Amino acid sequence: MNEMLISLALILVKLGLIFGVVLTMAAYLVLAERKILGRMQLRYGPNRIGPGGMIEPMCDVIKLITKEDFIPDRADKWVFLFAPGLTALTALLSFAVVPFAPPLTLFGREIPMVVCDLNIGLLYIFGLSSLAVYGVVLGGWASNSKYSLLGAMRGLAQLLSYELALGLALVPVVMSAKSFSLTEIVMAQSTWPNILQHPLAFIIFMISVTAESKRTPFDMPEAENEIVAGFHTEYSGMRLGLFFVGEYSNLIVIGAMTTVFFLGGWHGPFLPPVVWFIMKVLFVAFIFIWMRGSMPRPRYDQLMHFGWKVLIPLALLNVVVSGAIRIALN
Amino acid sequence: MRNFWRDIKGTLQPFWITLGYLFKKPVTIQYPEEKRTPPPRYRARLVLTRDPNGGERCVACQLCSAACPVDCISMQAAEDEDGRRYAAWFRINFSRCIFCGLCTEACPTLAIQTTADYEICNREVLNLVYEKQDLLIESGGKDTEYNFYKHSGIGVAQVRGEGEEEHGPVDPKSLMP
Repeated sequence: MNEMLISLALILVKLGLIFGVVLTMAAYLVLAERKILGRMQLRYGPNRIGPGGMIEPMCDVIKLITKEDFIPDRADKWVFLFAPGLTALTALLSFAVVPFAPPLTLFGREIPMVVCDLNIGLLYIFGLSSLAVYGVVLGGWASNSKYSLLGAMRGLAQLLSYELALGLALVPVVMSAKSFSLTEIVMAQSTWPNILQHPLAFIIFMISVTAESKRTPFDMPEAENEIVAGFHTEYSGMRLGLFFVGEYSNLIVIGAMTTVFFLGGWHGPFLPPVVWFIMKVLFVAFIFIWMRGSMPRPRYDQLMHFGWKVLIPLALLNVVVSGAIRIALN
Repeated sequence: MRNFWRDIKGTLQPFWITLGYLFKKPVTIQYPEEKRTPPPRYRARLVLTRDPNGGERCVACQLCSAACPVDCISMQAAEDEDGRRYAAWFRINFSRCIFCGLCTEACPTLAIQTTADYEICNREVLNLVYEKQDLLIESGGKDTEYNFYKHSGIGVAQVRGEGEEEHGPVDPKSLMP
């Protein structure tokens, strides 16, 4: 009984910690993105509020909360209200299985540095990332607006084309770790990170995961200069904010996923493991921001073409080849 | 296959370029702290100038008011004892003004001129209605030497034919050319 209470308390503490860190990071990623994109375009970016614009995220939150929560006429009200939450929720739930440090021994107890070390953690993350598209689709459908519907349709088309390649790209990783658990996958990379063992899988993973994050170059669902703001055209106030919380938490999730699957998780010399983990996550987030500053947006049929005719065959080939190499080496 | 390598290059090159720009100094002028000097012919706040003797140049001819596309200039003409016209009141509504400078082109006496002072924003819109005392400056503006009545203004402020580049009136009864 006592043992159970302690475990419960530990889980709650870890949950609170992760929520706090992730939400703060999401808020500051918005600022970091605006500043980095600004510098890439020879601007300063936001720098008015606080030193270097550091209080900007708080002001944004206050602005979003105090704005009118507008529901369009003839919108499907309950679905409309529910959809943004779904996007944010699925992104935040993914953190439950992400291990951010090796197990810690405290007062004779071994505390795993992950909220819940599922033995099918990888499948859990895939399930949630597929659910995340429902936020887009339901939000777009419920808004009763043509732009939102177009955005939702594109989001769905995009999901179909990247999801399979994303899954297949991770098969070699699972093969070398012999486990679906994220902790095991990180443990398996203690000598060599997977990016060196499976470079092709890494490239396929990065491309599909960019499509999953719905960010430039694959931001067709919201394509500002074609369909206003896509699926969140009709949203205002904190509901719009929740979509952004979802988007930027998802960016951190993707950073964590890339770190865990390919960059060797918390492994690294000299610095403590947590620092290594956060540094790698931020580095991946920077790459995504960098990509947003550099790449144009293809049409969504071009993405589907690329996904089905290039990425999936390549990923399948990669699975076969790396499997064959494993067998040959053993 | 040539296109393949071209596409790979075209995909990677932008990353290099944006990374280069990331470490360059931004071109932004941070306005309230840094200001740039506008060029001398910049068209911003309008002023009424004076001639070299310190008299008002404006003769209340209404040409600026007529030229103004947004009708932001209004005035009332009055006459001195010596017959010289001046503006009894002169009003420019800067909340309407589009700073096109057509009034300065219309002005025959160089009275109304543009200045480079672009910071006339105000929270109270009525403060942007400038009266004659707000508009008049103690200077000739862009041409300090010009005096309209030295060149024109027949028989009003001076005797006919007294101006520079002006001949005396022709005597129609004389036969001499």
